[in-house]
Amino acid sequence: MSNKNAQKLNVVIVGHVDHGKSTLIGRLLHDTNSLEDGKLEDIKSVCARRGVPFEYSFVLDAFQAERDQAVTIDTTQIFFSTDNRDYVIIDAPGHREFLKNMISGAAQADAAVLVVDADEGVKEQTRRHAYMLHLLGMKQIAVAVNKMDKVGYDPKRFDAVSKECAAYLQSIGLQAHFIIPMAARDGDMLAARSDKMQWYKGKTLIEALDSFDISSPLVSKPLRFPIQDVYRFEEKRILVGRVETGVLHVGDTLFFSPTNEKAVVTSIESWPQKSDRVTASAGQSIGITLSEPIFVERGHVASHEDTLPVLSNVFQANIFWLSEKPMKVGNTYRARFGTNEVRVSVQSIDTLVDTQDLGKEENAAQVVKNAVAQITLRSRAIMPIDGYVENTKLGRLVIYEDYDVVGGGLIDMSAYPDQRKSNNPKSKNIYKVSHSVTPDMRAAMFGHYGGIFWLTGLSGSGKSTLAIEVERTIFERGKNIYVLDGDNVRHGLNSDLGFSPEDRTENIRRVGEVAALQANAGIIVLSAFISPYQADRDRARRAAPQHFHEIYVKADLKTCEARDPKGLYKKARSGEIKEFTGIDSPYEPPHNPDLVVDTAKNDVQTCVTQIVDYIEMNVLIDAQKQTKGNLRVLK
Amino acid sequence: MSHHLDDLESRSLYIIREAYARINPLGMLWSIGKDSTAMLWLVRKAFFGRVPFPLILLDTGMEMDEVYAFRDKLAKDWDLDVINHLCPPEEEMDQTLPPATRSAMRKTEGLKTLLAEHQFKGILCGIRRDEQGLRAKERVFSPRSLDGSWDFKDQPPEFWDQYKTEFPEGCHVRVHPILHWTELDIWRYTQKENIPLCDLYFARDGMRYRSLGEKNITKPVPSDADTIEKIIHELETTNTSERAGRSMDKETEDSFEKLRSQGYM
Repeated sequence: MSNKNAQKLNVVIVGHVDHGKSTLIGRLLHDTNSLEDGKLEDIKSVCARRGVPFEYSFVLDAFQAERDQAVTIDTTQIFFSTDNRDYVIIDAPGHREFLKNMISGAAQADAAVLVVDADEGVKEQTRRHAYMLHLLGMKQIAVAVNKMDKVGYDPKRFDAVSKECAAYLQSIGLQAHFIIPMAARDGDMLAARSDKMQWYKGKTLIEALDSFDISSPLVSKPLRFPIQDVYRFEEKRILVGRVETGVLHVGDTLFFSPTNEKAVVTSIESWPQKSDRVTASAGQSIGITLSEPIFVERGHVASHEDTLPVLSNVFQANIFWLSEKPMKVGNTYRARFGTNEVRVSVQSIDTLVDTQDLGKEENAAQVVKNAVAQITLRSRAIMPIDGYVENTKLGRLVIYEDYDVVGGGLIDMSAYPDQRKSNNPKSKNIYKVSHSVTPDMRAAMFGHYGGIFWLTGLSGSGKSTLAIEVERTIFERGKNIYVLDGDNVRHGLNSDLGFSPEDRTENIRRVGEVAALQANAGIIVLSAFISPYQADRDRARRAAPQHFHEIYVKADLKTCEARDPKGLYKKARSGEIKEFTGIDSPYEPPHNPDLVVDTAKNDVQTCVTQIVDYIEMNVLIDAQKQTKGNLRVLK
Repeated sequence: MSHHLDDLESRSLYIIREAYARINPLGMLWSIGKDSTAMLWLVRKAFFGRVPFPLILLDTGMEMDEVYAFRDKLAKDWDLDVINHLCPPEEEMDQTLPPATRSAMRKTEGLKTLLAEHQFKGILCGIRRDEQGLRAKERVFSPRSLDGSWDFKDQPPEFWDQYKTEFPEGCHVRVHPILHWTELDIWRYTQKENIPLCDLYFARDGMRYRSLGEKNITKPVPSDADTIEKIIHELETTNTSERAGRSMDKETEDSFEKLRSQGYM
């Protein structure tokens, strides 16, 4: 065991199956005297019992199945030390089937050793693993040309394999810091030099590892403090999270994205002792209090005002895919960035990359398991994003489908503009008034939070009917609810607008803003507009993202036309009305509605109950507490 | 050194808060040993002195007396909500298992009955990678199927601190906030933070417990280390396995794998 207190370097060992990764690690542990007493004897007896020659790989391949098949299944971590420092060795499986386990291991590493069989040279998984290292942002790489004993310690063969490796690495923008000839089973060039390879004058593996640096926290980058949770106890509200990059000080004005709210850090909290701590830097998990009770929740990102993250609802990413179910254009997934989770849909698969010959296919239809691609993703809500080039911590995303992690990758923001600017008002002399009455205070007064429940659907789908019924039901339960109806608004606020696409957009923009004001005032707003364009509804959401819920009132055109409550379809068919949605003007159904009520299949009462339940779940104080998991105060 | 411990602590706090934000209801296994007591300390740090979920002792009735006494003292001093969950008796275990493995199986079965009774979706568990080869392969968020078994051949991908937090009905997840710590890290942290510990870890008459298990399957090891400083010094120079005093690990080559794949911690 080690007597060094310093940090450990995480090094991952990757490479093609059977090129000797586990053996290399086992031998490394042995040669640095890092094996526990009795471990060697244990393995000797296990090998004898199994009737196989002594296998160093048994040190790591702990599973029966791994020993039976002599193949590493899952990544493992083991601690060892050299005279200079402590290490965590991460063993990654080489078999193609276990790529997800290789990535799980390699993503945690500061440095990588790519093991290549001297006899076999660069193989499929050598290339794939190297490409994954590139996608994972690995910079420190050593190549171990292993099993030199198999090629008679021939320097010419070493030279050939070295060149082959270096060429591939270079083609994907990586560089091998060291290329070392080795016979891991015998310990040649691991800890000790080798009589058999006196022609090699470079570093041994241990020397190479000792020369790598431990990744240091990104303190010099702009501040990013993604909110992990908000704890309320007694009168205090503490925002917790990890400072991912940069430094935060008490007294700093923090700017929160995507809400554009501002507040000053009043304290960095600590336990068990009260401390007068005034700074927190990258890598530290902290809790802070703010000067203003602004609306903040998990997923919001705090930064300094002069170095804000980009706001966008569209971005590109270089991804690897891990699921049996291919990623396809148009599919929707959940993406996590820092502590934020958003629904995204695949707008395009721009380039599919063959990791073997680096061939590129443009505009592909799908990405299959273990493949890599550049894709464009679009989210419903606008969100704070950093590109990987700008911020290696937050410029990464992990993709989920159903219960599972299905992919991951690095974000590229070079092709898309910051949308924060386009959201700013035209006049520069506008200053938002910040309220001293908070949403929580309003909720305590009214017995519920405000919210926008945005019904969208074809004319005749039942929006107005449902809205009026839901309004009455919720009002009778003592809550402040108000319906914004299309026809009513067009008689007043929007009497200057017609039905051209531009006027429809403006109509919805105004309604969205009115709804946002009402919801901020603590009112439950139920809006009933056809609102045919997704982009318009998305903008309405952006006016008050914390309040907005999109409810799709679903009924097919045939049903709606048969109902025709206002006789409008008849007029549209006869040409008396132009640009009627569904007839000669498009309707874009919601991509990811928060709720769908199907009025073609269900009766009015069922749909009303469905909406009422949904609203109550989202505005009631108790329900919010449950979903936000407020701290239970212990006895 | 303390920089290193700060890093470990920050990572654990992040994991604990992630579990609390994502998974509900949550419980934590507290075996009263040094690891889970350090984890309990980290939980209190994460929530500024509070413990917002119950602690669970899977009680076989075979813990050492000092362990029970320490549990009662800490529960009182720290005002803890402890569920003392009784494990099914040894007669109900698979009788073909070797004796120590069979005895350890009681905790696995106890955990199953606990989950059935309390419907926990997440269980915090203080295992570490350096303890044992199989634990070295664990994920931080490790999903368990309906019967509690560990599908170690098909573990979910886990990278960039994004964890698997969604599960089908009936499944649960083991959360391992101190997976990345070593035995020495735990001791140095215990020393730095002045975390209380059960006396059995300190040498008396030339023997001390390095790892606390049940009476019948755990033995003390020879040692003169009667203070934390001496224990740290001892560990800095030893190459013996931490679990040397645990007989269940070694009855057969795969006895620990059998235990773990069926749901053992």
